[in-house]
Amino acid sequence: MAIGSFLILFILFFFSSLNPILSLYEDQVGLVDWHQQYLGKVKQAVFHTHKTGRKRVVVSTEENVVALLDLRQGEIFWRHVLGSNDVIDGIDIALGKYVITLSSGGSILRAWNLPDGQMVWESSLRGPKHSKSLLLVPTNLKIEKDNIVIIFSNGRLNAVSCIDGEVLWEKDFEGESLEVQQVIQPPGSNLIYVVGFASSSLFEMYQINALNGELLKHESAAFSGGFLGEVSPVFSETVVALDSTGLILLTVSFQNGMISFQQTPISNLVKDSFGPAKIIPSSVTGIFAIKMNAVTIVIRVTDENKLEVVEKTNHETSISDALPISEGQQAFALVQRAGPEIHLRVKLAHNWDDNLLKESVKMDQHRGLVHKIYINNYIRADKSYGFRALIVMEDHSLLLLQQGEIVWSREDGLASIIDVTTSELPVERDGVSVAKVEHNLFEWLKGHMLKLKGTLMLASPQDIAAIQSMRLKNSEKSKMTRDHNGFRKLLIVLTRAGKLFALHTGDGHIVWSYLLQSLQKSKVCQHPIGLNLYKWQVPHHHAMDENPSVLVIGKCGPSSDAPGALSFVDTYTGKELSSLSLVHSVALVIPLPYTDSTEQRLHLLIDADKHAHLYPKTPEAISIFEREFSNIYWYSVEDDNGIIKGHALRGKCTGEVADEVCFDTRELWSIVFPSESEKIIATVTRKLNEVVHTQAKVIADQEVMYKYISRNLLFVATVALKGSGEIGSVTPEESWLVAYLIDTVTGRILHRVTHHGSQGPVHAVFSENWVVYHYFNLKAHRYEMSVIEIYDQSRADNKDVWKLVLGKHNLTSPISLYSRPDVITKSQSYFFTHSVKTIAVTSTTKGITSKQLLIGTIGDQVLALEKRFLDPRRTVNPTQAEKEEGIIPLTDSLPIIPQSYVTHALRVEGLRGIITVPAKLESTTLVFAHGVDLFFTQLAPSRTYDSLTDDFNYALLLITIVALMAAIFLTWTLSERKELQENWR
Amino acid sequence: MEKGKGIMGSGRRWAVDFSDNSTAPSSRDIPDPPGFTRASVDQDDSTVSRQKKDAESNWKAQKAWEVAQAPFKNLLMMGFMMWMAGNTVHLFSIGITFSALWQPISALQGVGKVFEPYKDNKVDLLGPKLLFIALNLGGLALGVWKLNTLGLLPTHASDWVSSLPPAQEVEYSGGGIPL
Repeated sequence: MAIGSFLILFILFFFSSLNPILSLYEDQVGLVDWHQQYLGKVKQAVFHTHKTGRKRVVVSTEENVVALLDLRQGEIFWRHVLGSNDVIDGIDIALGKYVITLSSGGSILRAWNLPDGQMVWESSLRGPKHSKSLLLVPTNLKIEKDNIVIIFSNGRLNAVSCIDGEVLWEKDFEGESLEVQQVIQPPGSNLIYVVGFASSSLFEMYQINALNGELLKHESAAFSGGFLGEVSPVFSETVVALDSTGLILLTVSFQNGMISFQQTPISNLVKDSFGPAKIIPSSVTGIFAIKMNAVTIVIRVTDENKLEVVEKTNHETSISDALPISEGQQAFALVQRAGPEIHLRVKLAHNWDDNLLKESVKMDQHRGLVHKIYINNYIRADKSYGFRALIVMEDHSLLLLQQGEIVWSREDGLASIIDVTTSELPVERDGVSVAKVEHNLFEWLKGHMLKLKGTLMLASPQDIAAIQSMRLKNSEKSKMTRDHNGFRKLLIVLTRAGKLFALHTGDGHIVWSYLLQSLQKSKVCQHPIGLNLYKWQVPHHHAMDENPSVLVIGKCGPSSDAPGALSFVDTYTGKELSSLSLVHSVALVIPLPYTDSTEQRLHLLIDADKHAHLYPKTPEAISIFEREFSNIYWYSVEDDNGIIKGHALRGKCTGEVADEVCFDTRELWSIVFPSESEKIIATVTRKLNEVVHTQAKVIADQEVMYKYISRNLLFVATVALKGSGEIGSVTPEESWLVAYLIDTVTGRILHRVTHHGSQGPVHAVFSENWVVYHYFNLKAHRYEMSVIEIYDQSRADNKDVWKLVLGKHNLTSPISLYSRPDVITKSQSYFFTHSVKTIAVTSTTKGITSKQLLIGTIGDQVLALEKRFLDPRRTVNPTQAEKEEGIIPLTDSLPIIPQSYVTHALRVEGLRGIITVPAKLESTTLVFAHGVDLFFTQLAPSRTYDSLTDDFNYALLLITIVALMAAIFLTWTLSERKELQENWR
Repeated sequence: MEKGKGIMGSGRRWAVDFSDNSTAPSSRDIPDPPGFTRASVDQDDSTVSRQKKDAESNWKAQKAWEVAQAPFKNLLMMGFMMWMAGNTVHLFSIGITFSALWQPISALQGVGKVFEPYKDNKVDLLGPKLLFIALNLGGLALGVWKLNTLGLLPTHASDWVSSLPPAQEVEYSGGGIPL
């Protein structure tokens, strides 16, 4: 017995002596976290394939990323994310060693060193007025041995030296209404043509000497029909345009300074008209395409400026840019989607009838149509030309095709995630073993021997490396079934392309992907937008046999009254269960806290006319809804007018939209902010699914404070209208920030606080009974973070222990928000070093574990900051009791501990959102950060107190147990012997 | 407690019986010392036996009181240990407190057993028993007091509400900025 208690004591000491660690050890990187790098939808690609060296391609994307990719595997050599306010207008390669980018509306020109991505120079270009931005890198144009880059931007033509970015000459085009459409540089000449429209019916042509910017000729000619849209250059001195009706094609030739128009009605070219046409510009000599509704027509221009239709197709067609392959010859590619295949044709520009290459490639249906194609050639062993094509699909993925095969593909749609939700994995059942079994017994034994060696510290460096790779590739973590701790889940993400992906939390692989038909361009819906994802059905308890599903909400077009579209997708299989195109619009989606018998959550959709529509449209749902009818409210924040309105439901819809599931609403209250002094810049509420463990907060000396926990609290931040601009645009006296806490059922303002001399942007997070927000303090020239905690004073007199023991209190009985609340708030502000992109808070399954704030910093990292640093009860000199409670002495700024970066050494480029999901293990929360990159990890804000950590010293425990067993045996034999001797005496 | 056990009961290995009244020297293996006459002890038989009985009961009563007072020393020692342990909750103070609670309880459970050897018709065990119980209860009280100073007794409102779930709200409201 003595030995037993000694063992227990020993183990207790052993645990208490374990050093708590804040951060990761080096060998733990990648064990539970993963990081994926993406680019976004490619909008321009330039190949760099010299005979020597590696084959590479430079791309620029809609996420404003410029990157160099390996053509063999599609890996990223280097990448720069320019940010959302630095939109890339054009890229090219100059001198074979510089990547030139033009960005920010043509005002910033940069050169990057091609092999390593270092910036070589940057120059900023100004101009008289806003215009199209065009970048041109002529191959054989030199000014005093200097290769030049020609840029047209902001109404000014610039020639910039390739070597140092110096502007060699500039020429303004200040004509009031001149809209420059194209800048053409005929190869082999020192001339530049600038063509454009003026006053909508005047065609202007400027001929400029490329060496000094001198204006050689200026011609203009009027065309009574006017012009529409873009022009497409077909020859070096001929362009094609459309008249203002979109029915007549104009061939404009400006040879020798003489402008001549040639009109060809489209009806002459094709028999049946399909409405107004649109030119798809291409750089191929003598070829251009027009699009009329869904019909694409490829037209050839003959030497005599005659137009000839060479192809008319119903398929969506993409045409590549021209690729010069040999002296005077140009190749280009056309690609179309037909069923499960895509057809790729490569032709010579002057010879339409023959194909250089014709291939059909099998393509996943869920990649959609081909949006863009870029081609590049190589010389095969038999001296003939081979072609490789880089294609951008409708789902924003990037693929390389070569010899009829997909060489590699990148899921770059994941760079633009709109919304994220999670789903559980299937429960593991007998016979449904999805896990891979170890290959054979020998492998298994070897693995375990290695592990044993590792734990007993006998492993050699090679063994350690092998153990580490085994740990990283652990098949356990990417299993397709639910685990005991709830670490394995599916992350369901909706991308801007309208595609749903399911990512496995174990290693981030794509489990399934589905291109939503309801979010694809169609005849009824020209500009569909995906909006949100909601958990539609989360089966547990009695509906275990059903698969969970998510609800995807989208709408047609950006206007507020555009009709909505719903899709229901099964999260196990990735199949669409059903889809609805709605007759009404979707202004607000309110998930209700009620579910029906199949665990489908009731959702209320509010349309632009303030009618409420209930989904699912089942009688059962309606009966549940009608039971709770009088307790359901909704509010809308009109941030343009500065009004917050609260509404209640009134009854079934009347009028033409009569429907079983349609309900009228009436306005209950409104809060109007004075428009000159307050403008709404941020609103935040609690997460609907947040679990709060307790309503009481025990403070020093056993006192209790009751938290005011309400799901119906809204935090609103307003700033002075003058102060709504950029930081520093106003003086501190003119700017203030007001924070409100508003009850959204009654419209009562529970708390209001003004921060004088402060300015937005405000980032806030609301959890339990507190809200934390981040803003800029103009007086102190620093960022600040404030915390407001709200407590219920009306419960504070529940002090009789006997009543509490016997349960005779009303602390847990349902409360109505119409009863008069008696709240007090506590708040405090601190300086914070970083500017912030987003703030989130950790959430755990029972809400017991202490919270951490997850701050997305401007450096695209995620910083974990303990909530107790933002405790309004902090004082400069806390008492002994307060210290025991864990209150930190007050400091003026919040500490940033380098080890508490959740993303450790990685960056989540273009960080947009952080999502936290509770695991089943109370101590642990799953964190997913997305932007251009994706990052996932597990966090334990109060350490893993409910399980042994990964770095637990099993060896020591094992040795201790063995030693103790040996000691017990030894003492037992000794005592036996002694007793025997005693008896013999 | 431990001491009491050592003196008493089955644990006894040897004893000197000073009231030895055997007259025959043959009953003893050691001869009487010279000059010692057993006859002088041989008095009236009845008085001898009464005296003997009186002596035994006296002795038993005395012992019973001794045993009853034994927890007092324990109490003092416990108090000292508690003072040493301090008022913060850690392994040592918790161990001390729980042993301070456990010892009186186990002693109280075995009250009958402790006084078994002194059971006698003539000996009044009620007094010692009551003292024993009182002292142990005192020890128990000391333990409870220590538990309270450590803050481990649920005597505050905070101990009863700290895990109360938040109250349900009747109304529900949702919404936000229109999409």
